[in-house]
Amino acid sequence: MNEPGHEQQSAPGKPGEVETTGHVWDGDLREYNNPLPRWWLWSFYATVVFSLIYWLLYPAWPIAGTYTKGVAWINYEVEGEPQRSHWNSRALLLRDMQTGDAAVRQREFLQVIAEADHDTVLSDTDMLAFVNSYARGIFGDFCAACHQTGGAGIIGLYPNLADDNWHWGGTIQAIEQTITRGRMGYMPPYRETFDDQQADAVAAYVLSLAGHEGGDPEQVSLGGAIFQGYEGGCYACHGREGLGLKSQGAPNLTNDIWQNIDVTGAQSHAERQALVRDLILRGVQREMPAFGDRLSPAEIRVLATYVHQLGGGL
Amino acid sequence: MSEQYQARIPIYPRSVKGRFRNLKWAVLALAYGVFFLLPWLRWERAFGPDQAVLFDIPGRRFYLFDLLVHPQDIFWLAAVLIILALLLFMVTGLAGRVFCGYFCFQTLWTDVFMAIERAIQGDRGARMRLDRSGWTAGRLLKKGATHAVWLGVAFLTGLTFTLYWADAPALAAAFFTGQAPFAAYATTGLLTLTTWLLAGVLREQVCTYMCPYARFQSVMFDRDTLIISYDRDRGEGTAGRATLRGGGRDLAARREGGVGDCIDCDYCVQVCPVGIDIRDGLQYQCIHCALCVDACDAVMDRLKWPRGLVRYTSEHALAGQRTRLLKPKTLGYGVPLLLITLLLAWGVAHQAPLDASVSQVRQPLFVRLSDGSIQNSYEIKVNNKTQYPMTLEVRVSGLDGAVLDMGRIEQVTLMPEHRTTLLARVRYQAPPGAARQQALVFELVPVMPEGLDPVLVGSQFILR
Ligand code: SF4
Ligand code: SF4
Repeated sequence: MNEPGHEQQSAPGKPGEVETTGHVWDGDLREYNNPLPRWWLWSFYATVVFSLIYWLLYPAWPIAGTYTKGVAWINYEVEGEPQRSHWNSRALLLRDMQTGDAAVRQREFLQVIAEADHDTVLSDTDMLAFVNSYARGIFGDFCAACHQTGGAGIIGLYPNLADDNWHWGGTIQAIEQTITRGRMGYMPPYRETFDDQQADAVAAYVLSLAGHEGGDPEQVSLGGAIFQGYEGGCYACHGREGLGLKSQGAPNLTNDIWQNIDVTGAQSHAERQALVRDLILRGVQREMPAFGDRLSPAEIRVLATYVHQLGGGL
Repeated sequence: MSEQYQARIPIYPRSVKGRFRNLKWAVLALAYGVFFLLPWLRWERAFGPDQAVLFDIPGRRFYLFDLLVHPQDIFWLAAVLIILALLLFMVTGLAGRVFCGYFCFQTLWTDVFMAIERAIQGDRGARMRLDRSGWTAGRLLKKGATHAVWLGVAFLTGLTFTLYWADAPALAAAFFTGQAPFAAYATTGLLTLTTWLLAGVLREQVCTYMCPYARFQSVMFDRDTLIISYDRDRGEGTAGRATLRGGGRDLAARREGGVGDCIDCDYCVQVCPVGIDIRDGLQYQCIHCALCVDACDAVMDRLKWPRGLVRYTSEHALAGQRTRLLKPKTLGYGVPLLLITLLLAWGVAHQAPLDASVSQVRQPLFVRLSDGSIQNSYEIKVNNKTQYPMTLEVRVSGLDGAVLDMGRIEQVTLMPEHRTTLLARVRYQAPPGAARQQALVFELVPVMPEGLDPVLVGSQFILR
């Protein structure tokens, strides 16, 4: 590369003489002329023509709050209604999600799972993998606003779906029913029924059921009498052993899972007792809306399977 | 004011015979043989297609004889690219543009297209006369036939390329019955067009105006690099070059009179596919095809003068110095090249039979269960990379008392090349005072076939 040679292919002009464009600055600065091939220029014009056609066909130029939409169009469907709009990638995505290959295959597999029995689905890794990824999307759209992503819930507001404790039952059938018809959970307030001493006693008893030591033994036995007796009648829903009753959505009181009050987060027994007492006095009323008219049976099936698996338990 | 844009100056390369031309034909035959026949080569496999080389894009795997490449092996691709780049740098530093001259697709296909052109329209002189003649029927016929054959070769090139991406016999049959996928027609069409355009029409302009490698090669050249050069001292003597008529045919007499050995026959210029004069020195357009060496050697042979007026040499050698090949630069390219090659070979030889990753479910990180234990959930992705079905068991270790719950899944059977995602729950009854974060290991143990090593993936268990 040390020998300069000709700088360009077949440079016009005499050997040793470099051709310039003729532009001269400051008396002695000259511009060498290394001409571009002409076809290169034509290629450039071709790109210009390409963009003109593109602008004509597709959305291109913003104009005060709107934009040129182009003459190309796209057909798709929204809830079965045929739609037609100027070409845009959102409509393209919509159409792909309705009639694209992947969407069609997904719907087919969804149907296979919806028609299989629960045991088959729960024992098949491929079906489970599909359930977990497909239902996660539905869960995100319909459930996560309350139950939170992953189903952890919020104490006092929305139950945790990721543990193994179920108010209304954790079998796939029970969860399907919960989703389809919704649920109404109700525990009456005992403000009128109990005086402070009685409420404290029942609270002490309930905590002892869950294994919390440190309650006043006298309070516990008094509380037990109220719980099991006519006065409180708590056993009617929570059961003699405090195991709960799924048909009523009455929670099991013998474990240390608390959906309405943060008992495990409390620092002392007195604090825990106060939390339980207040709950007994004010009662609980919660509702989960029905989704039977918003989700298809197949969707409810995979969603229930997904939720069932989150934490396990029945 | 001169022209800002330049029409192409047509080049009519003349044919030449010689040892480098023969070498180039041999390389070309080999390259074409491999490229055109490889998709048709069948290969026996327990699972998967019976095609030796197949790039299966929808299936996300490449079949290369007995090797199977997965998307996870993307590092191999990186290694291959690094190897190719280093090899290119090293070879160019040592021997100049050998890639351009002997192996580049542009050079190979242009060579074939020129051979076709010569077979139909004749050699340089005939082609020049043809282009100067008016648009006679004969000219139309010859030009038309040339383009037709070019398009035929271009089409075969495009179709062959397409065959690498699907089962070749089936795709070829579908192609001609109009049943191939659109992508096959589009790829073939595009490649037919570009092959015809680049090798037939644009030719040397690809090298001079488009190819980036052509331009950065000069960075790798030094005075020891093998280049094709005209021996100026010998060719020009002290009194310059002279034709046979002007300087005589007797070598000794010419040299006596200071006349150079170059007889100014212009043969080296006429054979040059990029249209330059090698006697002007090293130029960026020169693709080091060595045809001018063959041309000049042929002239010298005919005169019975010593060969090598135009030859492979180096700037140091031309200046009468020693050419050094073993230099820090060579080592600098060579050592990393060797290392990466060994690394790649090791990676290919130690391809894991399965691929697994574990990610902890983060929302929620942990939950308290009815029995007071803590549960963490994990997503396990496993991919069977072998060519046979594999049955796995998942176990946990590293955390005493941790219980794995996979629901009803006890064993996972993965078909060859199949992947799946498993949800695993781990329960742990923590002793009081245990640290918030505990280490945990997932073991993916192949039970069928036996003898495979378990894959261990470390993870963690969060208590609160
Ligand atoms: S100068 Fe010689 S080596 Fe270079 S491109 Fe021309 S013929 Fe080939
Ligand atoms: S072929 Fe050899 S002798 Fe003829 S012009 Fe070229 S360098 Fe000179």
